[in-house]
Amino acid sequence: MNGTIEAPTIEYALLAPLLVVFGAAIVGVLVEAFAPRYLRSAIHLPLTLLSLAGAFALAVWQAVKGVPTEPAAMGAIAVDGPALFIWGTILILAFASVLLIKDEEHFVGAAAAVPGSAEEEQALVERAAHTEVYPLLLFAVGGMLLFPAANDLLVAFVALEVMSLPLYLLCGLARRRRLLSQEAAVKYFLLGAFSSAFFLYGTALLYGYAGSVDLVKINQALGSVGGQDTLLYIGAAMLGVGLLFKIGAAPFQSWKPDVYQGSPTPITALMASGTLVAAFGALLRVFWVGLGGLDWDWRPVLYGVAILTMVVGAILAITQTDIKRMLAYSSIAHGGFLLIGVIATGHTQAENTSALTGLLFYLVAYGFTTVGAFAVVTMVRDAGGEAWHLSRWAGLGKRSPLLAGVFAFFLLAFAGIPLTSGFFGKYAVFQAAVANGATPLVIIGVVASAVAAFFYVRVIVLMFFSDPAADGPSVVLPSRGTAAVVGFAALATVVLGVFPQPVLDLAHTAAQSLFVR
Amino acid sequence: MPWLSTLMGVSVLGALGVTLVRNDKLAKQFTLVVSLIVLALTVAMAVQFSPNGDKFQFAETYDWIPAFGVHYGVAVDGIALVLILLSVILVPIVVLASWHDAEAGKRSVRTYFSLLLVLEAMMIGVFAATDVFLFYVFFEAMLIPMYFMIGSYGGAQRSYAAVKFLLYSLFGGLLMLVAVIALYSIAGKGTFMFTDLVGTIQDVTTQKWLFLGFFIAFAIKAPLWPFHTWLPDAAAQAPAGAAVLLVGVLDKVGTYGMLRFCLELFPDAAKFFTPLVITLSVIGIVYGAIVAIGQTDMKRLIAYTSVSHFGFIAMGVFAMTTTAGAGATLYMVNHGFSTGALFLIAGFLIYRRGSQYIADYGGVQKVAPILAGTFLVAGLSSLSLPGLSTFVSEFMVLTGTFQRYVVPSVIATVGVILAAIYILWMYQRTMNGPTAESVKSLPDLNAREKWVVAPLVALLLVFGFYPKPLLDVIHPAVQDTLSSVSVTDPQPAVPVAQEGQ
Repeated sequence: MNGTIEAPTIEYALLAPLLVVFGAAIVGVLVEAFAPRYLRSAIHLPLTLLSLAGAFALAVWQAVKGVPTEPAAMGAIAVDGPALFIWGTILILAFASVLLIKDEEHFVGAAAAVPGSAEEEQALVERAAHTEVYPLLLFAVGGMLLFPAANDLLVAFVALEVMSLPLYLLCGLARRRRLLSQEAAVKYFLLGAFSSAFFLYGTALLYGYAGSVDLVKINQALGSVGGQDTLLYIGAAMLGVGLLFKIGAAPFQSWKPDVYQGSPTPITALMASGTLVAAFGALLRVFWVGLGGLDWDWRPVLYGVAILTMVVGAILAITQTDIKRMLAYSSIAHGGFLLIGVIATGHTQAENTSALTGLLFYLVAYGFTTVGAFAVVTMVRDAGGEAWHLSRWAGLGKRSPLLAGVFAFFLLAFAGIPLTSGFFGKYAVFQAAVANGATPLVIIGVVASAVAAFFYVRVIVLMFFSDPAADGPSVVLPSRGTAAVVGFAALATVVLGVFPQPVLDLAHTAAQSLFVR
Repeated sequence: MPWLSTLMGVSVLGALGVTLVRNDKLAKQFTLVVSLIVLALTVAMAVQFSPNGDKFQFAETYDWIPAFGVHYGVAVDGIALVLILLSVILVPIVVLASWHDAEAGKRSVRTYFSLLLVLEAMMIGVFAATDVFLFYVFFEAMLIPMYFMIGSYGGAQRSYAAVKFLLYSLFGGLLMLVAVIALYSIAGKGTFMFTDLVGTIQDVTTQKWLFLGFFIAFAIKAPLWPFHTWLPDAAAQAPAGAAVLLVGVLDKVGTYGMLRFCLELFPDAAKFFTPLVITLSVIGIVYGAIVAIGQTDMKRLIAYTSVSHFGFIAMGVFAMTTTAGAGATLYMVNHGFSTGALFLIAGFLIYRRGSQYIADYGGVQKVAPILAGTFLVAGLSSLSLPGLSTFVSEFMVLTGTFQRYVVPSVIATVGVILAAIYILWMYQRTMNGPTAESVKSLPDLNAREKWVVAPLVALLLVFGFYPKPLLDVIHPAVQDTLSSVSVTDPQPAVPVAQEGQ
């Protein structure tokens, strides 16, 4: 062995879903560079959809063939049960988001033009379009796939950046309300850059402590390295800040409403579903695998963060008048409910499996309903684009009962009413938490749910019990893509709410061996 | 034959069918037919029920979500059976009574009747559930159709009332959810089946906490003082038909839950909290009655009388004697008929004049004698006149409670006197005296409305003179419940003759 360096082994087959998505993204960039303008859209759309579907098929194939028990790529990436489950979820959610993107002109013609300037006018006249949305989205999705699978903090950081940078750009591309959109992009970028820096600094400190960035080695070091506790605690805390920022947990939640509001709605849908799923996957892996031996120290902190997140999300949502901001705060509150599941670890593998199963189910249920809800938001328009102000939604139930009914159903699912998927998601997480002695947290959780129910119900009141405004918004006839997304989301919300068993089984199988170490 | 699933299935399919019917009139007739079919099926089931047979009959149990130990488990005992009968009898009556209700709001008539049938299925399900989780699912899910019925078809303050109703009940339900989860975890049986869970919680402190989780939900639902404030708003704003089902059936889920779950699952805690519950009940009885006297709005008045009546029911449940328990169960049924009649006839009156305020009426008796007469009968049943069925149950609750708690039952008797005041005074102000100008041309009940009122009045009279069939069914079930709480009736100081109702 002296003097020779062994070539690293890469399990290409295991990483195939990732490679497909990244490969398609690079092809997409080449299309941008070489294909004529009028062809680009026509090439991008099938390319994007096919690559996502292909990656999904590969992930399923992988899961059927047998879940590996060792991390791949020299221990850098762990393609284990939870990772495959999360991949599948993210890929479906991304597929749905692409169908929404394709639908209408949600995106600005020339993002660089100053709002209201002559250049913007000209871009509008020329019917310019930013077709690079598609490759950007694929890069973001690739990052989302890599993030929860990263078994080493540096890979996790790279994934974080690959996921976030395209999203910063995409946020600024909304066609209408340009200033808000640009503000969202800048705000997301600045705060996101800070949080990434925190994450990186935390990684460095933990490296200083453990002598490795590998999560498994860090965990081993927890028991053996002494006298470096300062490095460990500060490092873990900084890592936590970076991750909690991405899921929008309080007190790092302030970006969420602004960014959700300003972004083009299909991108909001992707962020609210895919990014949340990916970030929770990564958070779980870092805290359960990397810092699992430190749970006595991080658990009380996360306890507080979960409470704060639920309370802040539920209470601030009440005061919102913008439908997207309201959904953003709702997403914050749901982040808090999910954090309950992160804390609900026990002493035995069975207990941890039940917590992880609950979390995975919750993520699927919430993700699907969220995509559906934002798809509905894209369809309710008035003269200035989407009817964002809640008062504009008054009486929608009279004008388009079907759409309003579906949206009301999504809201009831968010509120966790039985016979919707949201109920079983919450139930699964709460049950795991009670079983592992976090009953006080669950009580706060249900109180927050009751508060949250208020603002969901308020929208239903507006839609169904108020009289429509004379010049109320119209509901655009959905394209086939949007209609499919809404239909699929509604179906998933019903089926997961009435027969959750198959998906629970799947999540349980995925969670059975927990994360590989 | 899977009776209970059939009943729910017919209702749900009926609800779907109604949405497909394009013509409003046909939709109403269709709903009526469906609800009558459900009634006929329920009666066919009820005659096969053997009062002294197994505790739970017509049982069906299938795995629903094995991962959580949840079953689709339905069955009835005597208590559940009579409450299901109450529900399915009220639904066709409400359908007939609401014939024109939904049209007033220019909202979809079909949706209203479809929601009504969905609600019927859930009412059957909630009483029939033998799986605690399934019970919870129905308990929460049935809020949604009622919420839309109040919010879309109610009075001027409807959205406020609907939201208040939903949030109160939802909050109680969520507390119960925590208790349900904790019950499952602590019992450690891996199942939610009620019969498997009975007796699993031995630790008294744990019992007390879980009891509170369930009890607060039921106390909000019932509603017991001081959790009652949502009821007057909801009942006053709901269309008359929905108000009947809300007060007549949905609220019974609360008192039924106390009897079934609070007592049997947590017997020691129930005994511990009995003084508190009895106190709240007695306060509710007197408070509800006094506040009812002061109401100026007929529907609110009826709602407050119900607060008083629910005090009687809760007192009967927690007195833990067979007489009081059976009386409370019978009370639940009778109260459904009596309050149902009151709400519906008041609804007819309000529909004619367009006002809920007592002050807007006067001397109706002269122009609409049948309306006034039936209103009087319904009112007399509310104040428990002997000869009407409510008297039997109120008397049983009072004597049953007296066996164990003398002072509360004596104070509760005041409620009977106050009842005479609020009912007769309301009758006097609306029906007697000089005929008010605005009601001069008030038409009397038409044929449809007579069909609505007749069965209710008949039931009140029949069970007033001959409550035996109901009591035969209720008695064994109540005895069984109390024996699992392991209480025995106190020996009377003086030997008394058999109750001779």
